[in-house]
Amino acid sequence: MELSFYLIQLLNGIQFGFLLFLVASGLTLVFGIMDVINLAHGSFYMIGAYLAYWLTGIFGNLFLGILLAIPLAIAIGMAVEKLAIAYVYKKGHLHQVLLTYALILIFDEMQRFLWGNDSHSVDVPNLLSGSIPLTDIQVYPVYRLFISAVCIIIGIGMFYVIQKTKLGMRIRAGASNNEMVQALGINIERLFSIVFSLGVALAAFAGMIAVPVDSLYPGMGDNILIISLVVVVIGGIGSIKGAFVGAMIIGVSSIFGKTLLPDMASVIVYAMMAAILIWRPKGLFQAI
Amino acid sequence: MLKITKPVWVFLFFALGLTLAFPLFGEPFYIELLTNIMIIAIFAMSLDLLVGFTGLVSLGHAAFFGIGAYCLAIFFGQSDQFSLWAALPVCLTGAALAAVIIGLISIRTSGVYFIMLTLAFAQMFYYFFFESKHFNGDDGIFMLAKPEVKLGSLQLMDLGNEVTFYYFTLGIMVAVFLFLIMIIRAPFGQVITGICVNEQRVRSLGYATQRYKFVSFVIAGTLAGLAGFLEAAHSGFITPSYLSWHESGAILVVLILGGLGTLYGPIIGAVVLVLLEDFLPDLTDHWKVLLGGIIILIVLFLPNGVSSLSGKLFRRKIFTASKPQR
Repeated sequence: MELSFYLIQLLNGIQFGFLLFLVASGLTLVFGIMDVINLAHGSFYMIGAYLAYWLTGIFGNLFLGILLAIPLAIAIGMAVEKLAIAYVYKKGHLHQVLLTYALILIFDEMQRFLWGNDSHSVDVPNLLSGSIPLTDIQVYPVYRLFISAVCIIIGIGMFYVIQKTKLGMRIRAGASNNEMVQALGINIERLFSIVFSLGVALAAFAGMIAVPVDSLYPGMGDNILIISLVVVVIGGIGSIKGAFVGAMIIGVSSIFGKTLLPDMASVIVYAMMAAILIWRPKGLFQAI
Repeated sequence: MLKITKPVWVFLFFALGLTLAFPLFGEPFYIELLTNIMIIAIFAMSLDLLVGFTGLVSLGHAAFFGIGAYCLAIFFGQSDQFSLWAALPVCLTGAALAAVIIGLISIRTSGVYFIMLTLAFAQMFYYFFFESKHFNGDDGIFMLAKPEVKLGSLQLMDLGNEVTFYYFTLGIMVAVFLFLIMIIRAPFGQVITGICVNEQRVRSLGYATQRYKFVSFVIAGTLAGLAGFLEAAHSGFITPSYLSWHESGAILVVLILGGLGTLYGPIIGAVVLVLLEDFLPDLTDHWKVLLGGIIILIVLFLPNGVSSLSGKLFRRKIFTASKPQR
């Protein structure tokens, strides 16, 4: 084990952290602004991945597949918000948990119905299939760097939207005081719909872009959901900055956990969360 | 506030009579199914104490169920004879200890944080058993024997017998039901029901609400461990899936199906869900879509559960109207 091995692990960890950040930032926005627990968030990651797989299969090009899959995923998200989740905004967390739990059952079963129980994969597009040599024997795939770069661009874009635009101002206001925002005459239902769709788009996009490096399998949404929840809790609910820091901590520590302590890799993530929460019960950062 | 009206008591006694008489004419398959229902009912009642009466929504309750089951498998799974008097306290202590550890950390939070913390801790235990080679990982553990119930050298019950186990589970379920009624009617129960309705006010009356919530959490966890013990002893096979968050979600579904904060609701919910899970797969391979649809319909149109149907017929709701949603 030499330095370059650790460098590769670190890069993998950061890349996984970026993906987690995309999923978790949507989740934290929905929690923080709408005060809604959305367990089906992981399902949107899965939906994104399967849509990209399906459309890439049809058109033979991953980028075209992703481009077409994004509006489809957003449409599914908006439909779910309008038809189901909008009814439980005021009903409390318990009913939200149950409703979204039921949605997971439905989405998972639909996935099995449409694509079966086998796991699938998509090839890395030719343009990005190369790799960068680090030492004589070790290389680093370009596609993973590409994922990180795209995530950075999206992250900066999100930062700009939330900090500098009018929509962002409303989102921030919604996170700190919902009733006040309504009193100022802002259509909160529309804001909720936008925020929810934004969250869905981010999660689905993370699923799409990760398709060439991860395989697609039934229940893939559950794994990413639980780990994103951990990220959100560590970072502080409603905080994008927290989601970023939490995603990096969890991404890097879970990748290193897998290589250094393979027997207890998954436990490490949760133990880390427990440690952070003993220190700071409300997470690392305040809302937005 | 727990209110069990006269018609409900009559119904419960009637149902108890039927359940007592059932093995006389029931087929073995249904006796086993009813045993399962009763175990799930105990599990759901323990969660009702937490969610329905204390107002703490836990999405990690399966952890205690699984730990109760695993304690039996780990400490007694390899021995070909062991006593109930040794096994039961060990399992309950194991579940209680886990509840103390998780409770100490998660009780400090509330709302969304509490839900996600309980979920995350349950996942931690799940992965611990899933990945540990010591406890057979996801292959699970087979039990060699059932617990023996002996007084001195006299055998009181043979739990290997399906009918005996049925009555044993029924006895425990009734005991848990009465125990929870006792707790909820005691001063302690008055305080936690108060916390459920408005924690601020209870605190301003001078109660250390955190401690009450903590004790409620530990009692609920221990009783879930009891249900896990029964499940492990009944099926003789323990896998990490007992602790998975799908189980925690499913038990919340049972609770909502039946009716929150009623104690008899969880029993009804257990009957409904187990029968659905037994009956729906006959209709289609993709029965989970139907199950999900039914859950959504109940959440949207019958948020107080099946038992509220009887309530709508027999009584007027007094307390539910003023209860803030959380």
